[in-house]
Amino acid sequence: MGAANGTNMTVILAFLVMIIALALWWLLQQGVMSKPWLETGPMDEAAGRSGFPVERLGLGVFLVVIGSLFALFGSAFIMRMDLEIWPSLTLPPVVWINTALLVIASIFLRLATRRSDTRRLTRDTTIAGLATGGFLVGQLLAWRELQVVGDGLASGPAASFFYMLSGLHGLHILGGILALGVLIARSGGDPVRTKFNVGLCATYWDFLLVVWIGLLLLFMGLANQLLDICRTILT
Amino acid sequence: MANIPYRPDEQVPPAEVPDVHPPHPHTWIGRWVFSQDAKYIAIQYSATAIAIGLVALVLSWLVRLQLGFPDVFSFSAEAYYQFITMHGMIMVIYLLTAIFLGGFGNYLIPLMVGARDMVFPFVNMLSYWVYLLAVLVLVASFFVPGGPTGAGWTLYPPQAILSGTPGGQDAGIILMLLSLILFIIGFTMGGLNYVVTVLQARTRGMTLMRMPLTVWGIFTATVMALLAFPALFVACVMMLFDRLLSTSFFMPTLVEMGEQLSYGGGSPIVFQHLFWFFGHPEVYIVALPAFGIVSDLISVHARKNVFGYRMMVWAIVIIGALSFIVWAHHMYVSGMHPYFGFFFATTTLIIAVPTAIKVYNWLLTLWRGDIHLTLPMLFALSFVVTFVNGGLTGLFLGNVVVDVPLSDTMFVVAHFHMVMGVAPLMVIFGAIYHWYPLMTGRMLNEAMGQIHFWVTFIGTYAIFFPMHYVGLVGVPRRYPEIGDPAFITTPVDGLNAFISIAAFIVGAAQILFLFNIAWSARNGRDAGGNPWRAASLEWQTPQTPPRHGNWADELPVVYRWAYDYSVPGAPEDFIAQDDPWVQQTAPT
Repeated sequence: MGAANGTNMTVILAFLVMIIALALWWLLQQGVMSKPWLETGPMDEAAGRSGFPVERLGLGVFLVVIGSLFALFGSAFIMRMDLEIWPSLTLPPVVWINTALLVIASIFLRLATRRSDTRRLTRDTTIAGLATGGFLVGQLLAWRELQVVGDGLASGPAASFFYMLSGLHGLHILGGILALGVLIARSGGDPVRTKFNVGLCATYWDFLLVVWIGLLLLFMGLANQLLDICRTILT
Repeated sequence: MANIPYRPDEQVPPAEVPDVHPPHPHTWIGRWVFSQDAKYIAIQYSATAIAIGLVALVLSWLVRLQLGFPDVFSFSAEAYYQFITMHGMIMVIYLLTAIFLGGFGNYLIPLMVGARDMVFPFVNMLSYWVYLLAVLVLVASFFVPGGPTGAGWTLYPPQAILSGTPGGQDAGIILMLLSLILFIIGFTMGGLNYVVTVLQARTRGMTLMRMPLTVWGIFTATVMALLAFPALFVACVMMLFDRLLSTSFFMPTLVEMGEQLSYGGGSPIVFQHLFWFFGHPEVYIVALPAFGIVSDLISVHARKNVFGYRMMVWAIVIIGALSFIVWAHHMYVSGMHPYFGFFFATTTLIIAVPTAIKVYNWLLTLWRGDIHLTLPMLFALSFVVTFVNGGLTGLFLGNVVVDVPLSDTMFVVAHFHMVMGVAPLMVIFGAIYHWYPLMTGRMLNEAMGQIHFWVTFIGTYAIFFPMHYVGLVGVPRRYPEIGDPAFITTPVDGLNAFISIAAFIVGAAQILFLFNIAWSARNGRDAGGNPWRAASLEWQTPQTPPRHGNWADELPVVYRWAYDYSVPGAPEDFIAQDDPWVQQTAPT
């Protein structure tokens, strides 16, 4: 039981330290040293409100929540791994094609936000949407391939984690596709709004790409090696 | 007082964020049922939370019937476990969390920061309906074969999903986990709103350091909840996989009834880490809004500014941050390396420092104040007392060596109920007495309120003080009946019966309170716009109760903090936050 003694909430703790440091850094600029009991007047400078539009800030907070979610899954994975050495999963090759598709989707969404004419914006967004759809289909194929070689859901911890985490990640992607559709429909053809809304989705896609790469590192067993290296350096 | 006066001719700068008027619904359903107005959503949240809370209250009566009179009322052990599990789960999550954040958060944040509504009203509405769905799924578990889960509110595996636990191999545990997952999804939608509204929708002049402490408490608690609830989500999803899809995330190799189960290799300890990573911050998710609200109640009803406002804000933030590194103090008896025990005991005790700062500041706010013993003030004072009492036993339990023998006794139950049950409930009651006039335009009936307060205050002490003793004597918790074991040298049967009777009386007083709420909505004394003569912004709305959109055509401009009470030279004993009054002659 030695290892599971709270040492290995590393991933989530690192994530939290990052968030808390960011929050404190931000707070320190908000006049926390001011003496409100001595100060009267409208004194409205920019104090407090960030320059972001509310939608962007809302998305940012949401991404922190998703980040916390996957960091916790990562912690659970590593804690579980410390108890039992299991062979890392042989990832089906289609996973690499999927990863490439997700990268392509991310790039094209970014490109779309830089387009000034509506036609090319629509084209790039469509390509991104299709690539993302391809990613989801590819993930289903990966599940099929795993089942064929006998790595079913309950066949072992590595496979269980793979199905669960890729499934949840896929659900988030699916939600993103829905949001993209709704946001474009609600933009009503207004190019400025469309661009802004696609920009929100681009951020979301980038974030989920980073999460996916993090998950791949976990599944390949590389994350543990990285942690081990860090631990060796620290001790 | 105001020794850095502004020039009255100073121009009010233009609004930084455009004033967006929320859409006005025209249908009855749009206005009352699928309302996107945070005030209605708040009332929907509170009503649902109180309704499900009543179920939990009845469950606690059943528990006390069993413990107090085991010879007369003999429930099966399975039923008893179901009672305590559902009582705990409902009270902590579906009542306390929902009412502080979904109820008070929704009602007070937009009004206190001078916004017309939450920034994402549609998402806010969805948040309530998902919460309601979570509650309904929870209620459904009472009616499925096998009944609700009896795994204890911590739902520890492996027992939670085995056949020996009520609901473990039936639908009970599945519905419980689904309900929690829904609750977290619903909360996240609301939480996004609270955070972004505080960050972005404050009116002109409302700097962060001018926000009432209530907003600070709810805001910090929401940030914590957004970071901590995912841990419960992860634990629930993984346990659902173990239960439904035969994975072994938490399930070790097991033999049940002589039969080897298909599980193997999983770790229940991983669940405990995830659960308490959520579970401890959860205590402060409930406590921080309570701290904030109490600060405001004490200041208003003692007609004095909050002592050490800055320190109060910092303490809230520091408690929030620290509460993430104490979780393993719930796991001393799960076995751990002594150094980790030392670490977690130290962080746990360090939290007492900012908490004590808050208690001293409340006392110093009262010191030489013009104390009005109104109902909100009575409840606020009883909170301070109860919180100190409950907190002190927390110091006992925070020490590893003291915790180990006490951990599984009624002492922990008493500690927990004092600090996390009674104390926050006192704040909820105080807050309802305080803001009910704002919500309805009428005062709650004073006589019924006095009876409610005194019965609740004295009654809860009659319940939980003796319970500490019962625990010290050695009575273990979680047992429906202990008979006459040799290790309990002092019989506590009489004491248990006494506690039970007190519990029934306290419970009955809450029914009087609910009656008061319903009765006063029509028959209460007219409250006027600002019955407590409070300075904070929510009382300065053009109409009481505030209409849709909260403010008149222009958003208010804030000129001062929320605590200008008894300012020398001011025309009244409070100066509203949106009052541009300035001291004309320099004080000599």
